[in-house]
Amino acid sequence: MPNPPAEPMLPRPYRVLKVGRETGDTFTLTLAAAAGGAGFSFAPGQFNMLYAFGVGEAPISISGDPERPENLVHTVRAVGAVTRAICGLKKGEVLGVRGPYGAAWPVAAAAGQDVLVIAGGLGLAPLRPAVYHLLAHRPDYGNLELIYGARTPEDLLYRKELEGWRGRFDFRVHVTVDAARGEWRGNVGVVPNLISRARFDAANTLALICGPGVMMRFTVQELLGHGLKMENIYVSMERNMKCGLGLCGHCQLGPFFVCKDGPVFRYDLLKDWFLTREV
Amino acid sequence: METPESSLTTHPFFQGMTPRHLSMVGECASRVNFQAGQFLFREQEEAAQFYLINHGQVAVEVFRARRGPITLQTLGEGKALGWFWFDKPYHWHYDARALQLTRATALDVKALMYKCEQDYELGYALMKRYAQMLAVQFRVVAMQIADMYG
Repeated sequence: MPNPPAEPMLPRPYRVLKVGRETGDTFTLTLAAAAGGAGFSFAPGQFNMLYAFGVGEAPISISGDPERPENLVHTVRAVGAVTRAICGLKKGEVLGVRGPYGAAWPVAAAAGQDVLVIAGGLGLAPLRPAVYHLLAHRPDYGNLELIYGARTPEDLLYRKELEGWRGRFDFRVHVTVDAARGEWRGNVGVVPNLISRARFDAANTLALICGPGVMMRFTVQELLGHGLKMENIYVSMERNMKCGLGLCGHCQLGPFFVCKDGPVFRYDLLKDWFLTREV
Repeated sequence: METPESSLTTHPFFQGMTPRHLSMVGECASRVNFQAGQFLFREQEEAAQFYLINHGQVAVEVFRARRGPITLQTLGEGKALGWFWFDKPYHWHYDARALQLTRATALDVKALMYKCEQDYELGYALMKRYAQMLAVQFRVVAMQIADMYG
């Protein structure tokens, strides 16, 4: 895990190098330190607080390659004032960055095992750095399977990259959507239904899951039904994170602070709170 | 050569069924192939068959004026298709179209119902599987309706 930032409450200015539109309301921003320099290292699954000057801060997962920290990549959906402002930034404009924060996907611990990467909707963004790591260290792992679901084909993130991954002989990619028009030739259905198509040895498999709560609940049930151990299932939780340091309490989930103890949690440690409503 | 009965024994839907019951179901079964684009059935047609997909992929579609067909679900190898053969007036409510060359086992619903009436143990064994399939289907539809990615 990289060292925590030296001045954790101080945003550093980052300049927008590129803005790419993923879907109607979701954009991927590539950033570089405005003062130059090498950027900072991060682990797959960590997030930054992005600050749109004069509007506010929002926690956004890092979606770039952890082995290329010189460019910081974030995929953002425009859903509120802050994220709309971030998505509206143009090339050359500047925003503030604090981070990286939070616990990471256990990609090192997964060595020697099969790995199921299971994402729904925007949940592929925090999992993409894990995929980069797994593919960069491909010989260290058994079967690698990505299961990804979105609302429609138009809502799929990283479409070209998904097609590229699907072309590999050592990585199986399963994509599904909730509904589609006639021209879509892929799967239509929900993510948990695709688990039975994945090849994995349940006793030696790690599952990394990120997506909407409903999807994650059903996915965990399905994985347990296939014989995965609870301690081999990891989920990424989304909460209203503010300070990023476990101080303000905005993101408290039972005994945990999602910003500091998560957002990635081992399921057996979280399960009582994972299934509890209104916490 | 694979017979309709042997294709039943390997299909997940009939996993655990006794050889006697499998033999009875096999008497109602036939092997069918569909080319890519061919319809297995269309809305309003009589639901005379219950399909077990052995190979390939099928889209379950609803047709909407000016928007054309919308795919609600795709079903592949090991899945069962045909949720309405216990629902009067026994007509399909959707279209089902093969997305690629699809091999399936078709069960004649009337013959199967007759056998179930003759042998309640067979009826119960079949109903348990059918109910489980409906429960899974209900869960899938509930997740889709929830529009969880919104």
